[in-house]
Amino acid sequence: MKRNFANQWVCSFAFCSIIVRFMLDDTDRRILRHMQSAPSLSTPDLADQLGMTSARLSRRLDRLRKTGVLRGVRTKVDWRALGYEVEVSLRVTLDKTQPRAFDDFIEAARSIAEVIEIQTFLGRVDVRLSVVALEMVHYQQIYRDHILSLPHIADIEALMHVARIKSDESLPL
Amino acid sequence: MSALDDLDRQIVLALAKDATRNAGALGRELGLSQPATWRRIKRLQSAGILGARKLDLDKEKLGFGVTVFLGVKLATKGRVSLEDFERAITAIPEIQTVEHVLGMYDYRLRVTARDISDFERVLRRRIMTLPGVGDVEANVLLSEETRSGPI
Repeated sequence: MKRNFANQWVCSFAFCSIIVRFMLDDTDRRILRHMQSAPSLSTPDLADQLGMTSARLSRRLDRLRKTGVLRGVRTKVDWRALGYEVEVSLRVTLDKTQPRAFDDFIEAARSIAEVIEIQTFLGRVDVRLSVVALEMVHYQQIYRDHILSLPHIADIEALMHVARIKSDESLPL
Repeated sequence: MSALDDLDRQIVLALAKDATRNAGALGRELGLSQPATWRRIKRLQSAGILGARKLDLDKEKLGFGVTVFLGVKLATKGRVSLEDFERAITAIPEIQTVEHVLGMYDYRLRVTARDISDFERVLRRRIMTLPGVGDVEANVLLSEETRSGPI
């Protein structure tokens, strides 16, 4: 009985995601493509560019939000403009003999303010942290006092950030 | 720009989460007038602290199920080869970010694909065929979270 219930849930979930995928038509894709390349455009300006009325565009946008395809518009914080000159990508391998290695490590990493991004991977690297610092002395201090005391680390490699060549993170819609 | 005060920090955090918030609504929340909030936003923008806007899309719902990070080491170096590589790599639509790094790799690429076989197509047909590509390491992204950082 319980298993049936679970199956049903899985089915209806799969069904939902099919509906969502079918629901996106060419117009939706065109809207999202334009928004990706110019996220600061107001709805009327965007409607002009797309050759549709504002009302029709608003309805489309509402639907994209309601289905969760469009989660929002964020502003990127420029850490360099705030004085954080150093950005380092720390590639961490964890001690997987510890069953809670991922949970413990990520929870502790969240408490370090200078960590701006946490990613987990399948591959040679387990977790990657993006760390920003004011200058190298500051970075060294964060690394020694906070990073090295994170739990279950087996190995760390550092990649020092030189430049962002492409950073728009657009999807090829 | 002089150091940020508490109100500036709250404005930065609020707009990082939702760029579409207007000065009036944000000001009411912070106990500031609309013009005062607007002036602060303009100041943060002109100082470059509030950067570009970015659309937050659910990539799985749009059919992009796989994100892979590639560490790429160039086989040949020199100014010309770096420029050639950068020009060619940024033109590939599936490549979302290109970062020039120092360390065991020269570039860090974020690649999005519909599934693993789509990723294989991008890797073999578009990335491995670029001039100068040497050692490549791939890691499949499982989860990611952006933190609010030292604000």
